[in-house]
Amino acid sequence: MSVAVRVIPCLDVHAGRVVKGVNFTDLRDAGDPVELATAYGAAGADEVTFLDISASFEGRETTREVVGETAGTVFIPLTVGGGVTSAGDVDALLRAGADKAAINTGAINRPEVIAEITHRFGNQVLVLSVDARRDPDQPSGFGVTTHGGRKDAGLDAVEWARRGVELGVGEILLNSMDADGTTNGFDLEMIRAIRSEVDVPLIASGGAGTVQHFVTAVEAGADAVLAASVFHYGTLTIEQVKDALAAAGHPVRRGS
Amino acid sequence: MSAPEVVVLDYGSGNLRSAERALEATGARVELTTDPERALSAQGLVVPGVGAFAACMEGLRAVGGDRVVRERRERGRPTLGICVGAQILFAAGIEHGERTEGCAQWPGVVEQVRARRLPHMGWNTVRSAEGSRLFSGLAEERFYFVHSYGVHTVEELRAGGALVTTAEHEGDVFVAGIEQDALSATQFHPEKSGAAGAALLANWVSALD
Repeated sequence: MSVAVRVIPCLDVHAGRVVKGVNFTDLRDAGDPVELATAYGAAGADEVTFLDISASFEGRETTREVVGETAGTVFIPLTVGGGVTSAGDVDALLRAGADKAAINTGAINRPEVIAEITHRFGNQVLVLSVDARRDPDQPSGFGVTTHGGRKDAGLDAVEWARRGVELGVGEILLNSMDADGTTNGFDLEMIRAIRSEVDVPLIASGGAGTVQHFVTAVEAGADAVLAASVFHYGTLTIEQVKDALAAAGHPVRRGS
Repeated sequence: MSAPEVVVLDYGSGNLRSAERALEATGARVELTTDPERALSAQGLVVPGVGAFAACMEGLRAVGGDRVVRERRERGRPTLGICVGAQILFAAGIEHGERTEGCAQWPGVVEQVRARRLPHMGWNTVRSAEGSRLFSGLAEERFYFVHSYGVHTVEELRAGGALVTTAEHEGDVFVAGIEQDALSATQFHPEKSGAAGAALLANWVSALD
C-alpha cells in the first residue's frame, strides 16, 4: 500500500477562459475551463491545477467563479495559482471551492506571507510554485525566475525551495523554464536537486512530451507530474501516462 | 419517501462547497448551518475540517459543535467527521508539541504520521474493516488523503468495539476510517475522492432514515 503518483493536467485561465493550446476533440467548447476540468476528471486526472493569468481584479473574480463551478461538478482536488499575495487571497480561493493555492511571486516578494497563510489554513493548503532555470551563477546551478522566466529573481532555486518548506509550504511545484514547451522531457537534474533538499511532496512540471518522460520524472524523485499541452492537444491521455507509470512499477489510481 | 436530509456544520473551517455538492450528488437534501439546534435535529450531520486541530476545535466549540456531536451520538443520530473534522472526535490532538483536548468520542491522540514524506498527500489504498457499511463495495478503491497527523491506536479502538479501516504511509499504519454506532469518520476526503468517495458518501447517506 502506498500513495499513487498523481497525474495533474494544468489549465491556463484568463478571465474565465482557457487560453493556451487546447484542442480537445470531444468538447463543445475547448475554451471552457469547467468543461475541460470535468473532462479531465472523467479521464482519471488525480487533481486539476488552474493557473490564473488574469491581470485584472475582474479577471480573478471570474476565475473564482470558474473554480466554484468546477468544484460543484468534479470531485477531485483543485489547485489554483496566480496572483496570490496574502492570506486573504487564499481565503477567497478556498471559499470559492479550491483545495490548495499555489504561490509564486507573492512569496518571493514577501516570504513571510507563507507563514501567515499556513498558520491560518494549515501547510497542506499551500503549494510553492518555483519557476526555475539553469543558472551557473547560483550555488546549486539552478536559479529562480519570475514573469514566465523572463526575469531573474536572484535566488538559488534549491535554497528557495528549502526555505519555503521551512516557512511552511506543504508541497513544491517545480517548473523548468528551460524545458517548458520543448516536449523534450523534464529537467531530471533539477528534480533530483530539489528532491534531495526537501521532504514535502514534489510536483514536476515542464517538458513532458512522451509517456516515458513522466516515468523518468518520477524516478528522479517527483511525487506528482503536471503537464498542459500534451494533454490539451490530445497527444497523450491521462490513462496512457498511468499505464506507463504502472508498467514501470509505480502505483497509480485507476478509475475516475 | 423523501430524500434524506443532511446538514453540514459550518464553523469556519475549509471548503464546504465540495462537501455540500458531493452530498447533493448522492440525492440528499443538503444545508449548511452554523446553528447548533439545526445541526442537532438533522437526520445526518457532516463535520468537515481542514488546517490545525487547535483552530478547528476552537471553531467547533464556538458554535457549540462539541455538544452537538455528543448529543447526537447519545440519541443515535448519524454524524460523519471528515479529515480534521474526524480528528477532533478523538480525545486530543498534539501539533507542534501543543496538546488540545478534542471531543473525546473515541480514545486516542492525534499525532504526527511517522513518515519522512509529509504531508501524506494523494490517493492511497485502505484496508477496510470487515462488516464496514461505509466501505461496502469499496475495498479496492483509493481515496484522497491530505494530512500530516493521524490516530495510531487501532487495536485499542477495535477493542472498544469500533470498526477501524486503516491506511499505510511509508510503513506507518493509522486510522483511515472509523465507524461505531451512529458516529463515523474518515481521515481522507470522500468529497474529493472522485467516484469512490461519492460511493462512500452514498453508503453513509443510505443509512439515514
